[in-house]
Amino acid sequence: MQIKAFGAATIATLLTGGAWAQEQSIIVQSTTSTANSGLYDHLLPMFENETGIKVNVVAVGTGQAIKNAENCDGDVLLVHARSAEEAFVEAGYGTERMDLMYNDFVIVGPEDDPAGVGGMEDVRAALSKIAGEGALFASRGDDSGTNRKEMALWAETGIDPSAASGDWYRETGSGMGATLNAGIGMGAYVMTDRATWISFENKQDYEIQVQGDADMFNQYGVIPVSPERCPSVNAEAAQTFADWLVSDEGQDAIAAYTVADQQLFFPNASSD
Amino acid sequence: MILPLAVRDLVLRFGQANVLNGLSFDLGGSGCTMIMGPNGSGKSLLLKLLHGLMTPSGGRIEWGGRAPRDVTARQALVFQKPVLLRRSVAANIDFVLRARGKDRDRRDALLEHVGLGHKASQPARLLSGGEAQRLALARALATDPEVLLLDEPTASLDPASVVAIEGIVADARARGVRVIFVTHDIGQARRMADDVLFLQRGRIAEHTPAAAFFHAPQSQAARDYLNGRIVV
Amino acid sequence: MGEAVTLALQLVLSGDPDLLEIVLLSLRVSLTATVLACLIGLPIGSLVAIGRFPGRNAVLIVMNALMGLPPVVVGLLVYLHLSRSGPLGFLGLLYTPTAMIIAQTLLIAPIVAALSRQVLEDLHAEYSEQFRSLCLTRVQAVEALLWDARYSLLTVGLAGFGRAVAEVGAVIIVGGNIDHLTRVMTTAIALETSKGDLALALALGIILLVIALGVNAAVQSVRMTATRQAYV
Ligand SMILES: Nc1ncnc2c1ncn2[C@@H]1O[C@H](COP(=O)(O)OP(=O)(O)O)[C@@H](O)[C@H]1O
Ligand SMILES: [Mg+2]
Repeated sequence: MQIKAFGAATIATLLTGGAWAQEQSIIVQSTTSTANSGLYDHLLPMFENETGIKVNVVAVGTGQAIKNAENCDGDVLLVHARSAEEAFVEAGYGTERMDLMYNDFVIVGPEDDPAGVGGMEDVRAALSKIAGEGALFASRGDDSGTNRKEMALWAETGIDPSAASGDWYRETGSGMGATLNAGIGMGAYVMTDRATWISFENKQDYEIQVQGDADMFNQYGVIPVSPERCPSVNAEAAQTFADWLVSDEGQDAIAAYTVADQQLFFPNASSD
Repeated sequence: MILPLAVRDLVLRFGQANVLNGLSFDLGGSGCTMIMGPNGSGKSLLLKLLHGLMTPSGGRIEWGGRAPRDVTARQALVFQKPVLLRRSVAANIDFVLRARGKDRDRRDALLEHVGLGHKASQPARLLSGGEAQRLALARALATDPEVLLLDEPTASLDPASVVAIEGIVADARARGVRVIFVTHDIGQARRMADDVLFLQRGRIAEHTPAAAFFHAPQSQAARDYLNGRIVV
Repeated sequence: MGEAVTLALQLVLSGDPDLLEIVLLSLRVSLTATVLACLIGLPIGSLVAIGRFPGRNAVLIVMNALMGLPPVVVGLLVYLHLSRSGPLGFLGLLYTPTAMIIAQTLLIAPIVAALSRQVLEDLHAEYSEQFRSLCLTRVQAVEALLWDARYSLLTVGLAGFGRAVAEVGAVIIVGGNIDHLTRVMTTAIALETSKGDLALALALGIILLVIALGVNAAVQSVRMTATRQAYV
């Protein structure tokens, strides 16, 4: 019957689908900011040309990226939440953590700046002022690297914004881009990494209001997933990729990436 | 042969109401029995019981000693509103021939026999009422039934269609098929019947040879019915 | 909006290879999932449509409820199974089109089952007495029902396809939205939205809509031909 022919064709499709992923390839569990800013589109062709290793990027929040890597669903982890990364290696999921690059966080807000924080450098003071004014603030609330950083800063101000959740403090529970879209839609301040902001295309009347605090530093790390913990990983290729990123060549490539003539990431791998 | 048919104390109940209320009769091995009676007297239900599509609430039906369910395949029932498959005329016959393991080459002859040869490739559900009923007859005949049960097959058909269908049925009967035919058409009954079973309110008012029935009906109900008086 | 339409036209007319790749993968994943969902859903739908068994009502309720299964939940369940640390991790299917096909299949199989059950049950109500009279086996009856309901079932498949091709929650979790590997229309739209490139996101959305319109129009024209022949 026709149905049988259908079935055969389907199974054939399924098999070729499986075969598709068979070439020498690795999966990078990555934070969204590096992916959304276009950094990988700049770096990966160089790496792939040189090594023939295909790099597949799964871009999710840092929290989910770490969780996925702990489930052995990635060969390399590239995120920005230092203590969580160290815990990841400590627990045996990763072979080693390497500093890769940094950029910084900024707080963006509407042009009319309802809380009057424009031009401030002290991020804690700015957050306190926003809270004091009850100005809208949109948080990712998704356990991502950015979210963790934001929560750490709030903790240092002594304010518990979650008490005002749903009031002036709005947790979107989504990625950086979605949170920016939502924040801009409701006129709320948003803390974002600079790379995402520069390459973000829906800025409307928003501008950077708070920047320059040394504590807004955003360090990215790269970790190959441990083959001892996860026998399925492509350890060799993963190591090759991590090594390339922190090599002079990789670091130069990172430094060379610009959007609108602005450098988005600043390589800072230790050259030991 | 699955005949003779013996029906004893047949009862069919829906809830509290007995719609068939103790029917007993015998049918012999050949001929055409017409079942008549006013609307709602239980004719259609009786046919379905004889065909094994329903289970009686009481009494028994025996076809040559066998239960209706065991001989359903040796009979064919043509419903008042034929249920035709959503396919071509030919495919409707093909389907039955294949399902019942019959010789598929017979299709064209069957369609010719009922006068639908030229409609073979047309969608069955676009046939006129008379054509649809003839296709249903052809499908019934395709199963080579020993007994042909017909439930008002010519109701609401034009006279030419009625003649055509009567011809096909008469032909089957001549070839030895036992015919049991429900009708309201007194003229038709006169033309076709060997004997008449008259039902009224779930009971047999009378069961007599055709000649006697039309000449001198024994029951008041049949007399009224034949005279066009309302019987309930 | 105008900007998005212009952009959509530009993308299509320039024959953008990335766009083509994404469109083709969307179609491949969702069409394969639809076929598989039919292979799973139709037998279940038929079984429940014509079967009378204890717990049938419960099955019906569950089937109808599963139609509303949120894609992310399906995605999560499939992720947990296909993850390297999950029971089927050894297959290495996570982040492949196959994983996306599996997730969408599970998402829409209940839709196919529940909707086809309704279609087949209605048709069975019409056919069942005739089928019993013809002494069809269960398999023959189901085959005939499936064939005669084919045009209605096409619409059922279309409903499943529509849901599959439009969902993002499941494929983004199990596919990972990997460029040139598992990126489909909906995940690309989600990505462009998160990049704030709303015009491009909308342009992709328009293209998706046009594809969906095309598929629907094709099915509709088939159905109209069928309706004209009274095959629906
Ligand atoms: N499923 C049913 N439930 C209850 N009553 C029924 C059912 N089917 C038929 N009846 C009743 O049984 C009586 C006989 O029906 P039927 O045999 O169809 O009459 P007719 O002699 O006109 O063919 C009618 O009064 C009808 O309403
Ligand atoms: Mg009747």
